[in-house]
Amino acid sequence: MKPVFHMTEEQTMLSDMLSRLLSQPTEDPWRRFADQGVIGALFTEKHGGYAGSGSDLAVVFEQIGRAADTTPLIDCALLPGYLMAEAGYDLAPLINGEQHYAVAHTEAHAHYDLHGVETIFSNGTLNGEKSVVIGADSAQQILITARDGDNIAIYLVNADSPGIRYNHYELTHGGHGADLLLSQVPATPLAGNAIAALEKAWAAALVAQCADTLGAMEIASQMTRDYLMTREQFGRPLSSFQALAHRITDIMLAIEQARSAVLLAAAHLNNTPKERDKHGAACKNLMGRMGRLVAEECIQLHGGIGMTDEYALGNYGKRIIMADHRFGDTDYHLERFIAFTSESSSAMQP
Amino acid sequence: MTSPDSDTQFRHDVREFLQKELPDELANRVRLHQSLKKHDYEYWHSRLNARGWLAPNWPEKFGGAEWNPLQRHIFEEECALAFAPRAVPFGVAMLGPVLQKFGSPAQQNYWLPRILSGEDWWCQGYSEPGAGSDLAALNTRADRRHTHYVVNGQKTWTTFGQHANMIFCLVRTDLSAKKQEGISFLLIDMNSPGVEVRPIRLIDKTVEVNEVWFNNVEVPVDNLVGEENKGWTYAKYLLTHERTNIAGVGFSRAGLDSVKRIAASVRDGKRPLLENPHFAARVAQVEIDLMAMSMTNLRLITNATAGQAPGLESSLLKIKGTQIKQEITDLARRAIGPMALPFESESIEGSNMGLPDPFDAGAVTAHYFNNRKLSIFGGSNEIQREIYSKGILRK
Repeated sequence: MKPVFHMTEEQTMLSDMLSRLLSQPTEDPWRRFADQGVIGALFTEKHGGYAGSGSDLAVVFEQIGRAADTTPLIDCALLPGYLMAEAGYDLAPLINGEQHYAVAHTEAHAHYDLHGVETIFSNGTLNGEKSVVIGADSAQQILITARDGDNIAIYLVNADSPGIRYNHYELTHGGHGADLLLSQVPATPLAGNAIAALEKAWAAALVAQCADTLGAMEIASQMTRDYLMTREQFGRPLSSFQALAHRITDIMLAIEQARSAVLLAAAHLNNTPKERDKHGAACKNLMGRMGRLVAEECIQLHGGIGMTDEYALGNYGKRIIMADHRFGDTDYHLERFIAFTSESSSAMQP
Repeated sequence: MTSPDSDTQFRHDVREFLQKELPDELANRVRLHQSLKKHDYEYWHSRLNARGWLAPNWPEKFGGAEWNPLQRHIFEEECALAFAPRAVPFGVAMLGPVLQKFGSPAQQNYWLPRILSGEDWWCQGYSEPGAGSDLAALNTRADRRHTHYVVNGQKTWTTFGQHANMIFCLVRTDLSAKKQEGISFLLIDMNSPGVEVRPIRLIDKTVEVNEVWFNNVEVPVDNLVGEENKGWTYAKYLLTHERTNIAGVGFSRAGLDSVKRIAASVRDGKRPLLENPHFAARVAQVEIDLMAMSMTNLRLITNATAGQAPGLESSLLKIKGTQIKQEITDLARRAIGPMALPFESESIEGSNMGLPDPFDAGAVTAHYFNNRKLSIFGGSNEIQREIYSKGILRK
């Protein structure tokens, strides 16, 4: 499981293609992602894609983060794809963009506990509440987790099934989510081990989310460097004030560390679940800490202009901070990492 | 050492007042970080004024309460803990003391009662696009033409400019003088021809600051405060008054109580989040810092009561006070976990009515982003460090 320091030729092409694509406006971002093979890049050949490794995900989502694109690729492509692939579904309708999916797993009172599911499956129907279902507004089908006795299972239902009530809203960093009230929703379970599938899907989503955050941090730091070099106060550029200049060093150091953490987690995505999740936890904890430092310092070094909605930096700041609220936050993954590493002394092995 | 509890009767009176005059509905909106409307501020202003408590820092001869710094501290703390709206500072806390010290008797007689009655809503015209931390680089100019000045230029970050009918401005009246020496302190009617207010939307989508543009605005010479070209002195005097409640101990105590309440109702796996050792450690560290800062604040206030002017220490209080407040907003957004993601705009009152808020936390994410401003405005924390270090290193 050696981390890849350099992109392969294919990854460079994918990265360049995405960078170009995301710089151009589109009416239908989902259709464009499907047509340009971006959704296919998230999955391996075995599942109908053409890339799909941890480092492939990192390449794709770093560009998404740099562009601050709000198309819900993680929630509506990566997660449902992983869950359905585990259950033996053909991913062709997802990859070619014909079918739109969303995943309803989070419950408000579970905090980040992956097992915190209180939605109940009984007598062939689902009852419960799901929170922050991203992309629910465009989904045709929704994968819903629920508890059947002591077991958690995943259920695929039509988004327009009677018995689902939606409360749609905007998300802080852009895009849309919804809370779902499920009342007697007819459903049948997906085959396979739902917990293993969820853990695998969440591990992939975590790598994608962290790469996205890395991309956003890069842009925020570039904007801040440019600002320090051009903005003048007291007759000289801000960059000439040592107290400010040193802070860009800390920001760049944080980003170098973040890049390494993403590379490590990406490299271990196909490792054993334990190694995969240990590196995932390490990455997400580090991104939470470094992300906060970068977002807050970039806004602070900009001064008032960094607080305005019109200037792009604020949006990157929100993207970085909100990433800490997805797939477990800094503290959640710290606790997880401690649990993984207290069992053995292998924590320092790359 | 004096403790705030030594003034128990006063604290009791303040609590009684708050219980009687502060409607639950209004306090609840403050607690949930919802944007208040102009009439909310006006309502609270009028309640305070009716009780004679609107201007704690003013002498009695001008209609103030003339409280000592300790009483002011108690009052501010009790108000914050009760989730009272903030008293808008621009007229009472900022302009009032300047007029009392440097204004003419005619200006005092005219403007001071109007501040108390709420007839005038003041805003502050200091910062400009090219003059932020370097305030003395301001370019808005006022050219004297017999009985009036003609003002041209642009101010920015003008808090509540959209509500104000009057603005006190720093303007350049001598273009040839050195930076700080050609500045004057001018009172400008916002309804004058040539004044334009343009809202600035912040990252939490609220509109609380504005750009204010002046295009050949005529201002009577009578609206000059003090002497021409002495405005920088008055501005510095104003800043020392701006910083009386700079530590914001009460607001932090109220914020920390909220965080604990939220974290007690959030379940993290099998236990309340407040019992999660990592989260509990974060809360405890802030609480420890706050306890010490509260004492630091009291020590400095006591010195001020004994007749010593608050000096460089106010920079320290500004830095630590804002760090603690920001840390508390960070804890609050952490506490609600994934529920931080739905966008809770503070901007439109009641706009988050339809949003999920299972922990009765209010707009804590928006508040976290909004409060990034605390370390930027009122002299950024970098400027405060500069002021303090200069003060003790370059004697």
